[in-house]
Amino acid sequence: MEFIYTIYNETYKILLLLIPLLISVALIVWFDRRVWGFVQKRKGPNVVGPFGLFQTVADALKYIFKEIIIPASANKIVFILAPIVTMTLALSAWSVIPLSERIIIADINVGVLYIFAISSLGVYGIIMGGWASNSKYPFLGSIRSAAQMVSYEVSIGIIIINVLLCVGSLNLKDIVLAQEKLWFVVPLFPMFVIFFISALAETNRPPFDLPEAEAELVAGYQTEYSGMMYAMFWLGEYANILLLCALGSILFLGGWLSPIDIYPFNIIPGVFWMIFKILLLFFMFAIIKAIVPRYRYDQLMKLGWKVFLPFSLLYVVLTASFLVYFDLLPK
Amino acid sequence: MKLNRFFKIIFLSEFVKAIIIAIKEILKKKKTINYPFEKGKISPRFRGEHALRRYPNGEERCIACKLCEAVCPAQAITIENEERPDGSRKTTRYDIDMIKCIYCGLCEESCPVDAIVQGPNFEFSTETREELYYNKEKLLENGDRWESVLAENIKLDKPYR
Repeated sequence: MEFIYTIYNETYKILLLLIPLLISVALIVWFDRRVWGFVQKRKGPNVVGPFGLFQTVADALKYIFKEIIIPASANKIVFILAPIVTMTLALSAWSVIPLSERIIIADINVGVLYIFAISSLGVYGIIMGGWASNSKYPFLGSIRSAAQMVSYEVSIGIIIINVLLCVGSLNLKDIVLAQEKLWFVVPLFPMFVIFFISALAETNRPPFDLPEAEAELVAGYQTEYSGMMYAMFWLGEYANILLLCALGSILFLGGWLSPIDIYPFNIIPGVFWMIFKILLLFFMFAIIKAIVPRYRYDQLMKLGWKVFLPFSLLYVVLTASFLVYFDLLPK
Repeated sequence: MKLNRFFKIIFLSEFVKAIIIAIKEILKKKKTINYPFEKGKISPRFRGEHALRRYPNGEERCIACKLCEAVCPAQAITIENEERPDGSRKTTRYDIDMIKCIYCGLCEESCPVDAIVQGPNFEFSTETREELYYNKEKLLENGDRWESVLAENIKLDKPYR
C-alpha cells in the first residue's frame, strides 16, 4: 500500500513540474520568435491568441496531425528512439533544478554531476537520429554536433569546477545558498561569459548552429524527421536551452535569491526571481540569435579547444590559488 | 592596431555594441503590418483587377474600338460588337482571361475613353479556373463597385500621362 502511495506521490510531483515546464517551453518558443522578429523590425507571431501566445500550441497541433515518414533505408528502431531519447534526457535533467528553496523534485547531493551526466548523454539522441536516417545530410549534421557538443562540454565542466571550488558542494541548493553575500557572477565574470557562449554551442543555437546549418545541410540531423518526431527534437532542444539558462542562473546569478536584500525585494517569492533570471538569460539567447552570423566549423573548434579550454583552466588555477592564499576555502 | 584588435576580441566590444543596436531596434516602430486587417499603401497607378467603367448617366464608356484587344501582348481580351439602334457602337461581348493576363497595363493606356482600367484590388483569387474567365457583366460590376476609387486614381495620375 505504501508502495502505491509513494508512486502516486512522486508522479504527482513530476507532473507538477513537467506540465508547467512543457507549457513554458511552448511560451519560450513564442518569445524567441517574437524577439527575433522585433530585432528585425517585424511583428513576429501575433495572430493566434493574445499577442500570438498560442502560436506554439497551434504549431504543435499541426505536427501531431502530420504524417510520420520513416525512410525505407533507415534503421527503424533507432530512428524512432532518437527523438524520444533527446526529449526524455532534456526533461529528466530538470528534476534536480531548484526553482526555489522548497520547489525541487530530487534534492540530491550530486546535482551538478547529475545534470552534467544527463546533458552529455544528450549527444546520443542527435547521433542516433543522424546515423539512423541513413542519409548524407543528417549524418554530416550529427557528426558536427557530436564533435561540437563534446568539445564545449569540456569547457563547461571546467567552468563549473570554478564555481564548485568556491562552494565546496555539488548540491545545487548549496551552490545558491553560498551566493547569499555575493553572486558568483562578480568574481567569476569571465567564466560567466564563457559559460554563456559555451551554452550557446552546447544547445546548437546560433552562432554555433552548424549541425542544422540550413544553407549547407538542409536541417542537419532533423532532415528526415517529420510530424511529432520532429516536434520532439524541437521540444528537447528548447527544454535543453531552458535547462542551461536555469543552470546559468543557479551557478552565477544566485538562483532564487533576490538581487538586493532589502524590504520590497526580499518579500517577493524566490520562484519569481528564478524565473526572471531564466528569462533574462533566455532573452540574451534570443537576441544573439538575431544579431550574429554563423561560425565557420574550424573557427568553432579553435574557439572551443584553443581559447576557452586553456582560459578556463587558467582561471581554475587563479581561483584555487586565490582561495588558498586568503584562506577562503569552504570548510 | 593589433593590440586594439586584441582588446576588442577579449572584451567582446563589437558584440556588446551589436546587442545595444539590437535592443534599440526592438524599441523602434515595426515595418511590417497585420496584412489582412491593415493594408499597405497602393500607388494610384497600381495595376490590379480589371474593371469597365460607365459614364455618370449609366452608359458604358467602351466604344468597342478594340485597341485593347489589339495591344494586349497576352491576347487575353476578346471583344465582339454591334451597332445600336441609336447609331452608337457598343460591345456585346468583352471577355478577359485573367489567367492569360500579365497585368502589364497596356489596355488601360491604349483606351481612348478610359473605359477599361486596372483597379487597386489584388485580392481576387478563386478556387476554380473558370471563375477567372471574366465576362462583360463581371467587369462592369467591378467598375460599379470601385468607381469612386478608380475615378480618384485616374485624376491623380492624369498629370503624368
